[in-house]
Amino acid sequence: MSDFVHSFWSHYVTWITLGGILGCVLLLWVTSRKKLPDSVDNTTGHVWDEDLRESNNPLPLWWVGLFVLTIVFSLFYLAFYPGLGNHEGRFAWTSVQQYEQEVTQANADLAPIYARFDAMSAEQVALDPQARHIGEHLFLNNCAQCHGSDARGTKGFPNLTDGDWLYGGSPDKIKESITLGRQGNMPPMAAAVGGAEDVKNLAHHVLSLSGSPNDSLRAALGKPKFGACAACHGADAKGNQALGAPNLTDKVWLHGWGEEAIVSMVTKGKLNQMPAQEGRLTPSQIHVLSAYVWGLSNTSTQKP
Amino acid sequence: MLKPVRKVIDIQPVDGSGASLYAPSPKIYPRSVQGRFAMWRWTLVWLTQLVFYGLPWLEWGQRQAVLFDLGARRFYIFGLVLYPQDFIYLTGLLVISALSLFLFTAVAGRLWCGYACPQTVYSEIFMWIERKIEGDRSARMRLDAGQFSLEMLVKKWYKHIIWLGVAMWTGFTFVGYFTPIKSLGMEFLQTRMSSWEVFWVFFYGFATYGNAGFMREQVCKYMCPYARFQSAMFDADTLIVTYDAQRGEPRGKHQTTADVKRTTGDCIDCSLCVQVCPTGIDIRDGLQYECIGCGACADVCDTVMDKVGMPRGLVRYATQNAIKKGWNSAQIWGQVMRVRVWIYTGVLLALVLALSTSLALRTPFRVDIVRDRTTLSRITEYGTLQNVYRLQIMNATEHSSDYQVSVRGLHGIELRDMDPIHVEAAQARWVVVHVDVPYGSGEPGSHKIWFDIDDPHSGQKVVEASVFLIPR
Repeated sequence: MSDFVHSFWSHYVTWITLGGILGCVLLLWVTSRKKLPDSVDNTTGHVWDEDLRESNNPLPLWWVGLFVLTIVFSLFYLAFYPGLGNHEGRFAWTSVQQYEQEVTQANADLAPIYARFDAMSAEQVALDPQARHIGEHLFLNNCAQCHGSDARGTKGFPNLTDGDWLYGGSPDKIKESITLGRQGNMPPMAAAVGGAEDVKNLAHHVLSLSGSPNDSLRAALGKPKFGACAACHGADAKGNQALGAPNLTDKVWLHGWGEEAIVSMVTKGKLNQMPAQEGRLTPSQIHVLSAYVWGLSNTSTQKP
Repeated sequence: MLKPVRKVIDIQPVDGSGASLYAPSPKIYPRSVQGRFAMWRWTLVWLTQLVFYGLPWLEWGQRQAVLFDLGARRFYIFGLVLYPQDFIYLTGLLVISALSLFLFTAVAGRLWCGYACPQTVYSEIFMWIERKIEGDRSARMRLDAGQFSLEMLVKKWYKHIIWLGVAMWTGFTFVGYFTPIKSLGMEFLQTRMSSWEVFWVFFYGFATYGNAGFMREQVCKYMCPYARFQSAMFDADTLIVTYDAQRGEPRGKHQTTADVKRTTGDCIDCSLCVQVCPTGIDIRDGLQYECIGCGACADVCDTVMDKVGMPRGLVRYATQNAIKKGWNSAQIWGQVMRVRVWIYTGVLLALVLALSTSLALRTPFRVDIVRDRTTLSRITEYGTLQNVYRLQIMNATEHSSDYQVSVRGLHGIELRDMDPIHVEAAQARWVVVHVDVPYGSGEPGSHKIWFDIDDPHSGQKVVEASVFLIPR
């Protein structure tokens, strides 16, 4: 649990802390036994700069009592809570643990609100105004960092509003993507395709699939090379949602459009990741969130 | 200046071996007092406490009139709905309070301490209860010095139970500013108050009980920081509670026979001024740091002077210059408007003016605009360049409103699919906004743009600046 790089620092902190407390006890003990010499004018007898004298204005005893209390408190505190170097205390308290407890408590407090949605289907949840409001908040807090506040994504981060899905757009598939995350893997295929010219030809063939501007001669030359891609993207290049292989015949270009981008993708491959939200969000939260995301591309429910 | 008096505290050495650095504080039994200044203090006790205990029970529309909702981060003061972003107003209020203290102190010393400070006010209430049950000074001293008896037990129990009742009610009222007091009362009756509510009721309650019942003048003498730094605001023209030594000395019993010329001063050394003092000092020793300026000694001395047929004011509010030079009150008031008082008054007035102007001109809603950082800029299917923003509207009114948003700053700039934004009363809402410009309406780079947000309900408008990025 300790962040100390060497046990010396643990001892150092421990001894300084205990030494400080002991010093306070000693100071109290010595000063409470000290008696001032009798004086007519109630001064301590000290004189500085010829005529500066120190009056004795005795500290009230209740204040001394408070001082003793703080010492007693500090000893109890150090026994039960971490404070003495690596010693974790009788309660073994940590801030992480307390945070987790508070999250559990907050989830329990919110459970009654989510209970209503748990019983509903995703399609129903997507129509519920309160659920949409909660879903919007969950999305802005947890998803918008990558997918954008409007869920329309950016390069490398899929647009969630266009009805085009890598792993399937049913509420259940969306829930699966959110819960377990996704690992998108485009392996480097240049060797299987052939030389640099072959890859370039293949790129033009891929461009031709979606009717994008291309060099038709190169596209024709590249067509036979598509066999290497068909294993994942399918012989008709419409992709495979079971593998997360994108449809190459539409105009959605997640990782960039044009010859250069496609050549780079075929040559270098790409690993893309959607992190799993399981454990970070509760199943009920994920239920509401996936319904919200599903609703984004089923536009009849999108506008409040 | 007064003749410098060297104050000698009476110390009885425990074993003759000298004074200790620590000493028990003797209990003080202030005698009850009536008079002008006592009446002022009681007036202020009533005023401040009617406000403190009464305010949480007032209603404003559907809610408590004054409520500091920490959970929802909304602060309601009658018609005003404040957000944490309005914290500057609290700062302003505190600065104004501090400057008022400076001003009062420069003019008339520890006015706050003597009349309006909660420590004084609650001590006054607690001492009144104590006096009603245990009697006045001498009766209380007898009771404490006497043998343990049933009478003593009954009186002490009785007193502490009433003290605790007042203290707990004070704690309950305090928490009632943060949790609606009526639902707090229901929670209490059904014994389902939250642990933090219970904690704060008890914490504030016991602080009241301890400070007003036991600590009293010790708080002023040893804890209060204001008591220590206020001496910086004093000067020789500050009104303080003063004993007129020239008139009073030498003190002693007045001769009863009329034909013998009196050799003593006006002070008959009855020691009543010492008996009424809540901090246990003798005002005749001159200005002392313990003096909270409550004027109890002045009140009691006036009644004594009335009885012995001498003019009032042997102990009175006067300045050091006035005592030294024998000024009358007109001359004292002539010295009130001096440089430091002018400065304090000027700064205070300026701040009050600034704060009230700012409150009056405050728009009843706030807007915050955050540009999406993931998407720099995108080309849309309509052939326009698009940036995405998150717009937060905080409604600081008691009614819902539909805010109109528009944008300007670039040629052809417009909002896509923008309906009026509906925000419920006292709620905040985040909305995603798309801003489009036609291709080629600006050089690549960052362009300043402005959002105009209109509230049709209040007719007011907020302008927020942001930037629009045009890619290369």
